[in-house]
Amino acid sequence: MENEAGALSRVAGLFSARGYNIESLTVAPTEDETLSRMTIVTRGSDDVIEQITKQLNKLIDVVKVVDLSEAGHIERELMLVKVRAEGEWREEMKRMSDIFRGRIVDVTDKTYTIELTGAGYKLDAFLEALDKGAILETVRTGASGIGRGDRILKL
Amino acid sequence: MELTGAEIVVRCLAEEGVEFVFGYPGGAVLNIYDEVFKQNKFKHVLVRHEQAAVHAADGYARASGRTGVALVTSGPGATNAVTGIATAYMDSIPLVVISGQVPTAAIGMDAFQEVDMVGITRPCVKHNFLVKDVKDVAVTIKKAFYLASTGRPGPVVVDIPKDVTQHKTEFVYPKKVSMRSYNPVIKGHPGQVKRAVQMILEARRPMLYTGGGVVLSNASEELTQFARLLGFPCTSTLMGLGGYPATDPLFTGMLGMHGTYEANMAMQHCDVLIAIGARFDDRVIGNPEHFFQDGRRIIHIDIDPTSIAKRVKVDVPIVGNVKDVLAEMIKLIQASKEKPDQPALKTWWTQIELWRARDCLKYDRDSSLIKPQYVIEKMYEVTRGEAYVTSDVGQHQMWAAQYYKFDQPRHWINSGGLGTMGFGMPAAMGVQFAHPEATVACITGEGSIQMNIQELSTCKQFNLPLKIILLNNRYLGMVRQWQEFFYGNRYAESYMDALPDFAKLAESYGHVGMKIEKPEDVEGALQEAFAMKERLVFMNFITDQAENVYPMIPAGKGLSEMILV
Ligand SMILES: Cc1cc2nc3c(=O)[nH]c(=O)nc-3n(C[C@H](O)[C@H](O)[C@H](O)COP(=O)(O)OP(=O)(O)OC[C@H]3O[C@@H](n4cnc5c(N)ncnc54)[C@H](O)[C@@H]3O)c2cc1C
Ligand SMILES: Cc1ncc(C[n+]2csc(CCOP(=O)(O)OP(=O)(O)O)c2C)c(N)n1
Ligand SMILES: [Mg+2]
Repeated sequence: MENEAGALSRVAGLFSARGYNIESLTVAPTEDETLSRMTIVTRGSDDVIEQITKQLNKLIDVVKVVDLSEAGHIERELMLVKVRAEGEWREEMKRMSDIFRGRIVDVTDKTYTIELTGAGYKLDAFLEALDKGAILETVRTGASGIGRGDRILKL
Repeated sequence: MELTGAEIVVRCLAEEGVEFVFGYPGGAVLNIYDEVFKQNKFKHVLVRHEQAAVHAADGYARASGRTGVALVTSGPGATNAVTGIATAYMDSIPLVVISGQVPTAAIGMDAFQEVDMVGITRPCVKHNFLVKDVKDVAVTIKKAFYLASTGRPGPVVVDIPKDVTQHKTEFVYPKKVSMRSYNPVIKGHPGQVKRAVQMILEARRPMLYTGGGVVLSNASEELTQFARLLGFPCTSTLMGLGGYPATDPLFTGMLGMHGTYEANMAMQHCDVLIAIGARFDDRVIGNPEHFFQDGRRIIHIDIDPTSIAKRVKVDVPIVGNVKDVLAEMIKLIQASKEKPDQPALKTWWTQIELWRARDCLKYDRDSSLIKPQYVIEKMYEVTRGEAYVTSDVGQHQMWAAQYYKFDQPRHWINSGGLGTMGFGMPAAMGVQFAHPEATVACITGEGSIQMNIQELSTCKQFNLPLKIILLNNRYLGMVRQWQEFFYGNRYAESYMDALPDFAKLAESYGHVGMKIEKPEDVEGALQEAFAMKERLVFMNFITDQAENVYPMIPAGKGLSEMILV
């Protein structure tokens, strides 16, 4: 979409005004500074998704819309998890992070902050696998997506 | 030469060929008003309430086909305009609304008369802009007019901070503007158009369902030619009335909640439904589940893809401008050797005539009370069906739609989508400005007229000879009707006590007032009023309080579940 003030609120407003759900929404500028790119994760029947696509296209600030889920695509989300890292947990948290290919990016004598990237379900699985008592804080970016191969969203 | 933002605003409006700006001044737009004062390219119409400014611009747009322009100040001026903007949005009317804003440095500071106009209007505009730099004023106004009037039309708000109207820059008005993210489709997809024509030629029980898109697209001629070429029955939504001549035998009347029996039955029982610039509104088809009919195929022509397959699944969607698509279809039909099955069509018409024979719009003509339907019928005769008619919202609106037979487009002007009481008189002002010589009438109720009664003053200032037809039933009649039908006659707050003497009220504003209490006086009074070409006449008809609008489909029911008289 056009990299204009207010473009984000038009999209967010559309979803709330028409009762569509947003599971996540990410937005950032692109290599073309006049454009920004948004990935929205939403759920609905085929009819609802069709309406959402049309309604998004109708917004003047929206330049192009693709439904990534229609074909092969890659979806990634980044999560930071702060966990307890005292006593027996210190070794356990390191091990879990390694299994899920996480990286410990901040260390104190009581905590680790683990960075993990992957599809949403992988991040969910990591949180499932951790002892609930060990989780102090989580923050997730929401998904970013891109088509596989030569499926390219560009002007 | 460098001009101030305010000068640029005024120059842009002149460049766009704007004839009238409907507005109301205030602090944030004083610089603009100073430039309005100094110019003579367009006329400024001072209303008495900003809502009326927008409705007047809207009425002007509907009657003329051009973009209406309103100018309001920040804060309360802007919020007063919102109902007008939402009204235009729901009916797809091209407007440019310029609102003042507090100076850029004060934005976000809870400054005096600050509201987030762009935020407030976002869900009820086609697009809106906050202009933060004087260099952007001209191009933004150009874009605003372009967006408002092309594709599916709609209102566009341009919010301009006061300091931007003071700053200076070189003025260049762009000749053209294009936006990479906005490319409305005009011509229908050739493959889809062909498929549709094939389906049309195979139809045995066809029905044309036409709407506001026909009027917006100036496609009445094409529609008329198309229907006559095929001999197909035609109905219209409330918004489409006049798009097809109502006195033509192919016309079955309005459809929907208060539509005719024949139109609704034909709509339900046809085998090929051709929807043309109509959006399957809930007031039209009721419950989509009841509307569904096995074996009926639907062709849908609309310029806005979101209108298609929104409430009803369609077989042949055609995104495009009605005028272009119909012209293309006419060509294909004329070139084709096939013709619709004539005996089947004849059988279908026999059925429709049987439905028509129910005479669903009959009413008691011998009553000793004034029947509202009778007033409209007589008014139709007195004006020879040629008046521009605006209305407010309620029972009177439905009677106007049912009994005034509109043969021409842009002559019936009402708020369908938002249903805004208070629309009628200010809209009529805009219509009269668009057509100074024409007869313009506003059909209203005593509830609705009081929502913008102050505009009688504007009418005096500008000598607008409107004819106000008040169907005074001393009730919020449409509400009372629902309470009678669905709430066990509990008339909660639908009775209007302490009404003014409307004739005297009109006189106090400098107009002519009349009160008509007997059926035998109706025709004479109308003749007298419409003969007064130079004066606004306010006609207070004391009508039968208990009259209801028939037919009626209860909300949520199907088209064939009508309540008839
Ligand atoms: C009290 C009350 C009672 C009502 N009862 C009824 C009733 O009984 N029957 C009824 O019909 N309505 C009724 N309405 C009105 C109803 O609410 C809707 O406003 C109306 O039915 C919508 O009309 P439409 O489908 O023609 O669409 P419009 O709102 O006129 O929309 C026009 C459609 O055409 C499309 N379009 C615009 N320009 C073009 C173009 N150039 N080319 C192609 N397509 C174009 C638009 O995208 C849109 O989809 C009532 C309203 C009120 C207030
Ligand atoms: C601004 C606004 N408020 C409320 C309504 C709900 N409403 C629809 S019709 C109606 C009654 C209108 O009364 P009146 O103008 O007297 O017309 P009548 O139905 O009696 O002909 C009301 C209150 C509305 N449409 N608009
Ligand atoms: Mg009333």
